Amino acid sequence: MSVDTPVRRRRLTPLRMLLHGFLIVVSLAWLFPIAWAVLTSLRSYDYTAANGYVSFGGWTFDNYVTAWRTAEFGQHFLNSVYITVPAVLLTLFLASCVAFVIARFSWKLNLVLLGVFTAANLLPQQALLIPLFRLFTEVPLPEFMSDSELLYDSYWGLILINVAFQCGFCVFVLSNYMKALPRDLYEAAMVDGASIWRQYWQVTMPLCRPALAALATLEVTWIYNEFFWATVLMRTGDKFPVTSSLNNLRGEFFTDNNLVSAGSVLVAIPTLVIFFMLQRHFVRGLTLGASKG
Amino acid sequence: MSDLPLIQADRAVPPPASTTSTGGRRRRLRLLSRTDRVVITLMVLVPLLLVTGFVWLPAAATVLLSGTNWDGIGPLNEIEFVGARNYSDVVNIYPPFVPAIQHNLLWLAALFVVATPFGMFLAVLLDKELRGSRFYQTALYLPVVLSLALIGFVWQLLYSRDQGLINAVFGSSIDWYGDSNVNIWAVMVASGWRHVGYIMLLYLAGLKGVDPSLREAAAVDGASESRTFFRVVFPVMRPINIIVLVVTVIESLRAFDLVWVVNKGRNGLELISALVTQNVVGEASRIGFGSALATIMLVVSLVFITIYLATVMRENRE
Repeated sequence: MSVDTPVRRRRLTPLRMLLHGFLIVVSLAWLFPIAWAVLTSLRSYDYTAANGYVSFGGWTFDNYVTAWRTAEFGQHFLNSVYITVPAVLLTLFLASCVAFVIARFSWKLNLVLLGVFTAANLLPQQALLIPLFRLFTEVPLPEFMSDSELLYDSYWGLILINVAFQCGFCVFVLSNYMKALPRDLYEAAMVDGASIWRQYWQVTMPLCRPALAALATLEVTWIYNEFFWATVLMRTGDKFPVTSSLNNLRGEFFTDNNLVSAGSVLVAIPTLVIFFMLQRHFVRGLTLGASKG
Repeated sequence: MSDLPLIQADRAVPPPASTTSTGGRRRRLRLLSRTDRVVITLMVLVPLLLVTGFVWLPAAATVLLSGTNWDGIGPLNEIEFVGARNYSDVVNIYPPFVPAIQHNLLWLAALFVVATPFGMFLAVLLDKELRGSRFYQTALYLPVVLSLALIGFVWQLLYSRDQGLINAVFGSSIDWYGDSNVNIWAVMVASGWRHVGYIMLLYLAGLKGVDPSLREAAAVDGASESRTFFRVVFPVMRPINIIVLVVTVIESLRAFDLVWVVNKGRNGLELISALVTQNVVGEASRIGFGSALATIMLVVSLVFITIYLATVMRENRE
C-alpha cells in the first residue's frame, strides 16, 4: 500500500542511494542464516566433507529423504497438529468470551479481570514449572484420553497449558477490539430480544473476524513453535511436537550438519508457508497488542 | 468470586448517554434474564478457572515452596518450612547462580543496548517508505516466525567447530557453542537476530500511528530530522516504548530455548530459567531450591508486568 507514495520522494539522491545500500546489506545479512541452511540442506555430506562448505556442487535432495525417515517427521508433524489446532481454537473461543464480557459490560472488576489474564501471559513459564510438573504427574486421565493415564505426557496437558498461557494475550487484544465496536449494536440487539449468547456469537464475533484472523495466524505459529512446555511435560519421544522433537533427534544428526539443516528447514516450512501466505495477518497480529487500531 | 457477574449484571449495561436514555429503556436493559446471567458467569468463569489453575495458583505455590525443604517426593504433610534458607543456599553455595545472574543481565544489556536501538533505527529508515521497503521488512522480520529452538539449530550451521561457516571462512577453530568463554556471545547474537525484527515491527506500527501534523509542525519550525525524532516523535510513542521495554526485559528473563538446545544451559550458558528446569526435571529434583530460583524470576517479572499493565490500562481508559 505504502510503497509508491509521492513522486518527489523517488528521486535518487546520493543520500537515498546510501540508504538503499545500507538496507540491502542489512536485509541480505538477515536472510543469510536461513539461506545458508537451505543451501546446506541441498548438498551431500560426502561432497561438503571432502571439499568444505565453501565450495560448489554435491547437490542432492537425499538429506530431506533421510531426515524425514530417520526423524519420523510425519508422526511429529501430526503431533503438532493434534496440539496446535485444538489449542488455538480453544484459546480464541475462551478468550473471546472473556473479552466480550469485559468489553460489553462495565462492572467494577473489569480491569482486574483484564489484568489477571494479561499478566498471566507475561509470567516466565519456568517460574510455574515446579508445581505444574507435580500437578501434571498427579492428575489422572482415563486411558482412552492418554496412554500415560496422566495429564503428564499427554496431548491434553499440552493443549491445556498452551490455552491457559495464550489466553491472556488474546483477551487483551480482543477486548480492545470489541470496545471499539459501536454500542448501538447491542442496544438494537437487546430491543430485538437477543440473548447475551446471541449478542456474543451473532453480533460481536462476526465483526471481530479481522482480529480473530490475525490472532489465529499468530497463535498458530506461537503454539507450533512452543518448545518449553513440550520439553518438560512430555516424556515419550513419539509424542513430542515437531519443534521439541528436533532436540531429541539431535543425537542422530549430530555429526551431519547437512542433515541438521534439512531437518531445520522441514520444521520451519509450516511457519514459513503461513508467514508468506498470511503475512498481512501475521504482522497485524504482532502489532495488535502494541497499538490500538 | 464466582457470583460476581451475577450481582454486577444488574448494573452491567451502563446507562446509554444520559441525554438519550429514557426511563423505560433503562429498565428494559437492566433486565437480564436468568439464562443470560448464567451465560455471562460461565463465559468468565471457565477461562478464569483455567488461567487461575494453570498459571496463578502454580505461581503462588512456587513462592510457598521456596520456603520449604520439600524434595518433591515425600508426602505433603512432612514439609517443613525452612524460612529463607533456600535463598541463602542459592546465593552462597550454588556455583551456577552467580554466572546465571550475570548471563541474564548480559542478555538484557545486549538486547537493550544493541538489538532494540538497531530495530528502532531500521524502523525509522523503513518508515520513509522507500521503494522496495516491503522486501527489506520481510527480510528483517522473517526470523520472528522461527522458533528460538530452531534458531539454535540454524546458527549451529555457522557456529559449528568443524563444519561451521565462520571457521571455514576465517580459518579459525573456535567451538562457538562449546567454548564456555564465547558461547554466551554466540547465543546472544542469534537471539538478537530475531529480536531486531520484532522490535522493528513494533516501532514501525508505532511510527505509523504518529500524527503527521506533529512532524510537519516540527519541519516548519526548522527542526532537523534527528531532532524531530528525538524531541517529538519518540516521546509521542511512549506507550510503544514501554511495551518494547517490557518485551525486552521479559524476553531476556524468559530466555531458555536457545541455551537448552545448545547444551541444556551448562558450561557457560547458565541462565536462571535453565537452572530452574535442571532442578526439576534433571537428575536431582531439589524443589525448595528450584522454587527459590523461580521466585526470583517471578518477582523480577512482576515488577515489569505491573509497569506494563499500568501503561496499557491508562491507555485503555482514555
